[in-house]
Amino acid sequence: MATLNSNVPVGPLAQKWEKHKFSNKLINPANKRKYKIIVVGAGLAGSSAAASLAELGYEVHNFVFHDSPRRAHSVAAQGGINAAKNYQNDNDSVYRLFYDTIKGGDFRSREANVYRLAEVSANIIDQCVAQGVPFAREYGGLLDNRSFGGAQVSRTFYARGQTGQQLLLGAYSALCRNIANGGVKSYTHSEMLDLVVVDGHAKGIIVRNLQSGEISRHNADAVVLATGGYGNVFNLSTYARGSNATAIWRAYKRGACFGNPCYTQIHPTCIPVSGDYQSKLTLMSESLRNDGRIWVPKKKEDCRRNPAEIPEADRDYYLERLYGAFGNLAPRDIASRAAKTVCDEGRGVGETGLGVYLDFSDAIQRLGEGKIRERYGNLFAMYHEITNEDAYRTPMRIYPAVHYTMGGLWVDYNLMSNLPGLFVLGEANFSDHGANRLGASALMQGLADGYFVLPATISGYLATQKPDKRPGTDHDSFQQAEENVQGVTRRLLGNKGTRTPASFHKQLGKLLWEHCGMARNKAGLEKGIQLIGELRADYWKNVKVAGEAGEWNQSLELAGRVADFLELGELLCRDALHREESCGGHFREEYQYTKNDAEVQQGLVNPGDVKRRDDQFAYVAAWEYAGEGKPPVLNKEPLVYEEVKMSTRSYK
Amino acid sequence: MKVTLKVWRQKNRHTPGHFASYQTPQLNPNMSFLEMLDVVNEDLASRGEEPIAFDHDCREGICGTCSLVINGKPHGPHRGVATCQTYLRSFKDGDEIIVEPFRARAFPLVKDLVVDRQAFDRIQHAGGFITVRTGSPPDANAIPVPKESADLAMDAAQCIGCGACVAACKNASAMLFVAAKVSHLGLLPQGQPERYRRVQAMVKQMDAEGFGACTVTGSCEAVCPKEITLDFIARMNRDYGVALLRGAPKKIAGGGA
Ligand SMILES: Cc1cc2nc3c(=O)[nH]c(=O)nc-3n(C[C@H](O)[C@H](O)[C@H](O)COP(=O)(O)OP(=O)(O)OC[C@H]3O[C@@H](n4cnc5c(N)ncnc54)[C@H](O)[C@@H]3O)c2cc1C
Ligand code: FES
Repeated sequence: MATLNSNVPVGPLAQKWEKHKFSNKLINPANKRKYKIIVVGAGLAGSSAAASLAELGYEVHNFVFHDSPRRAHSVAAQGGINAAKNYQNDNDSVYRLFYDTIKGGDFRSREANVYRLAEVSANIIDQCVAQGVPFAREYGGLLDNRSFGGAQVSRTFYARGQTGQQLLLGAYSALCRNIANGGVKSYTHSEMLDLVVVDGHAKGIIVRNLQSGEISRHNADAVVLATGGYGNVFNLSTYARGSNATAIWRAYKRGACFGNPCYTQIHPTCIPVSGDYQSKLTLMSESLRNDGRIWVPKKKEDCRRNPAEIPEADRDYYLERLYGAFGNLAPRDIASRAAKTVCDEGRGVGETGLGVYLDFSDAIQRLGEGKIRERYGNLFAMYHEITNEDAYRTPMRIYPAVHYTMGGLWVDYNLMSNLPGLFVLGEANFSDHGANRLGASALMQGLADGYFVLPATISGYLATQKPDKRPGTDHDSFQQAEENVQGVTRRLLGNKGTRTPASFHKQLGKLLWEHCGMARNKAGLEKGIQLIGELRADYWKNVKVAGEAGEWNQSLELAGRVADFLELGELLCRDALHREESCGGHFREEYQYTKNDAEVQQGLVNPGDVKRRDDQFAYVAAWEYAGEGKPPVLNKEPLVYEEVKMSTRSYK
Repeated sequence: MKVTLKVWRQKNRHTPGHFASYQTPQLNPNMSFLEMLDVVNEDLASRGEEPIAFDHDCREGICGTCSLVINGKPHGPHRGVATCQTYLRSFKDGDEIIVEPFRARAFPLVKDLVVDRQAFDRIQHAGGFITVRTGSPPDANAIPVPKESADLAMDAAQCIGCGACVAACKNASAMLFVAAKVSHLGLLPQGQPERYRRVQAMVKQMDAEGFGACTVTGSCEAVCPKEITLDFIARMNRDYGVALLRGAPKKIAGGGA
């Protein structure tokens, strides 16, 4: 069994971080350059970490599979980034952001981490503005805010519909400066394919150069993974096509525990699937829910009618009906499930019946088309490009899609995994969002981890390691890890199958969506586990990978990633199966409120809402690899709430 | 619908390339151009032929990875979109479509339709930043930025670094890219201290990478997926002129205690 110590400092919540920073060991400035740190990934988390560590004086080596650090998937974030600045004087505070995040996560995150996140959030905005991030401004020249994703205060900072790209360019510019002055060595087109563990500590990685196919070994005193989320295990998602789980999965197979894999976020406002050829699902920013009203016809017969002809009285604005106080702004998991419910009732719209309307006609009448164009012009244009429909005239059609993974590698308060020397940041870790993430909080977490948390905590570990004493790349563990990588490549290329990796990925995605998607149950999950096992066996028999090892080979890249997804998919189902409760994005049909429950009668929740079981499941499930073919071992980190009381999550 | 593709195939930079013709399977007009290539690739792979290498990632016009010249136009027939936002409904059943990589001396070919655009990163390393250490900045609202400046900076900052501007230019000039980067930071108060040093350093690196000169034909502006305008080039030229006039700042002698 792994040892999981959360290392949360003692003392009052609001002082934990300050005290911890003070008690953490420092590294003498003259010694810092003797420590080499590998940072894998250059999304918001990776590039902010790499730049900040280099500024402190460490020798940083940064790896990305992309052709440039600037292309990390963070670039695609649209909506915005939260921070407890209270610039709007609307009664926001660190405490409120903390509380909203804990409650939004359905009381399944670690309290101290979340408080720290809220605490450092304000510094992020300062940092980004100083770098030249062109956030939206008011006429007086000060920063503008909007409300976003289930928050009743306006604490979201944004840059048109491109907040992610602007924040990433800011972090990338910091990275560039440190590359130029020699603090960071940047490796692009370099995919990490294994983690090297020496005497139980993470001390290096094995990398394949995607342009040349060359395999190389890299040693370090500590390894940082900031490799993003694993939502592409579902194949169809809002992620970039290249996003994958290989780095964290291979670290898992080297002993790092995987926390809460079943906590996946399905985003309510995406463009519905249109055909089998589909390669990705496009998100329509949830900021649209500030002005758009969501509805479906009350009567099934109306689903195929032109929406303009359906009279007001025959429309069901179901979020407004069910969640009065929040209405169309209800949190993502709730809005997604509600859409699924009305579509399952046969009231979905569009060709496939898997869609609901997001209607701007009221807002256009109230504010004028010009205002709506100013606020959402680029989103309406995007919608038009993809669907060929004009959302100024007819309501958008939307449907939920896989969007984010709250689960990830387990880390302690220092962001270190149970494998000493391995740190995990950003979406790749499990830490701050519990069972559901609030809108605009992933960007905040990535940058908090990279700019402020890791630079302060990593010295605690490094101080236990003698400077200049890291194992050389000729060490047996490097040899063995490289052989492992070469072996996988040989096996994939040598297979005499008939099917492409992409076809397996598609099949896996459909399977997971059906058995471990928006609604899960025992029988379905068991079936899912069985089917994924069979699919995996079939993969190794029947996959066919084109090309050679020593060249640019996209089939080979994908084949390795799909092999990992086929294993991870099973862990997702296992975690979902074992968690016999519903919480946040994890909805087990067996555990939902019914009209007989007191909470429903008191008007706190609706029948069909998720029902937690705090007495049994108030813990982090940290899965530990037990070897090929063996069931993984479940470790539990109890969630202790010192400050807030776990309560029923009510949005009515 | 079905189309015929004439695609540039080249194993690597050291072997000569050629056009190859492919008849597509049945397609749906609502497919994206890249989804059509996926379908063609699946078809090729299942017949034991090597799939066509092409670059892509976000598939929603923001990461700047996709990079095809379609019928002679970088990013295809429509203004203001990237290749990945191009849909088959823009083509007709039976069309022949020519697909080539972004060609430029400073973008060496990797394979088929994939080129290496790291020259752009090296230009950024030379000066595409504001020097600010993590943890050192003042409160974000301490420096008001006039909305007009912020909006104009944002217009420039939208650049996704795809390189279509270079591919469209007969001189393979990178002026629109560099101008967007220089203007984004140069328009903001935070960017002032390094404004002139930045423009000089970035232009110098641009030249060193082998990009051509700008003759203001405007083909870059016409293909830019973010519709970045030539005005930014004028703005950069002005800054560059001022930087030259000002010369290197005088060294101030001095030392520590
Ligand atoms: C469409 C969309 C919109 C979003 N909008 C918002 C929003 O408005 N607000 C918000 O807060 N969040 C939003 N999110 C979520 C947010 O963007 C992500 O959670 C966040 O950006 C992840 O950042 P990251 O740094 O952890 O990882 P990423 O940005 O995914 O970066 C991963 C990095 O790791 C590298 N990498 C991965 N594997 C390897 C490997 N094996 N070897 C080498 N390198 C590797 C990649 O090259 C890349 O550099 C959105 C997400 C999507 C999909
Ligand atoms: S694939 Fe990202 S811009 Fe086209």
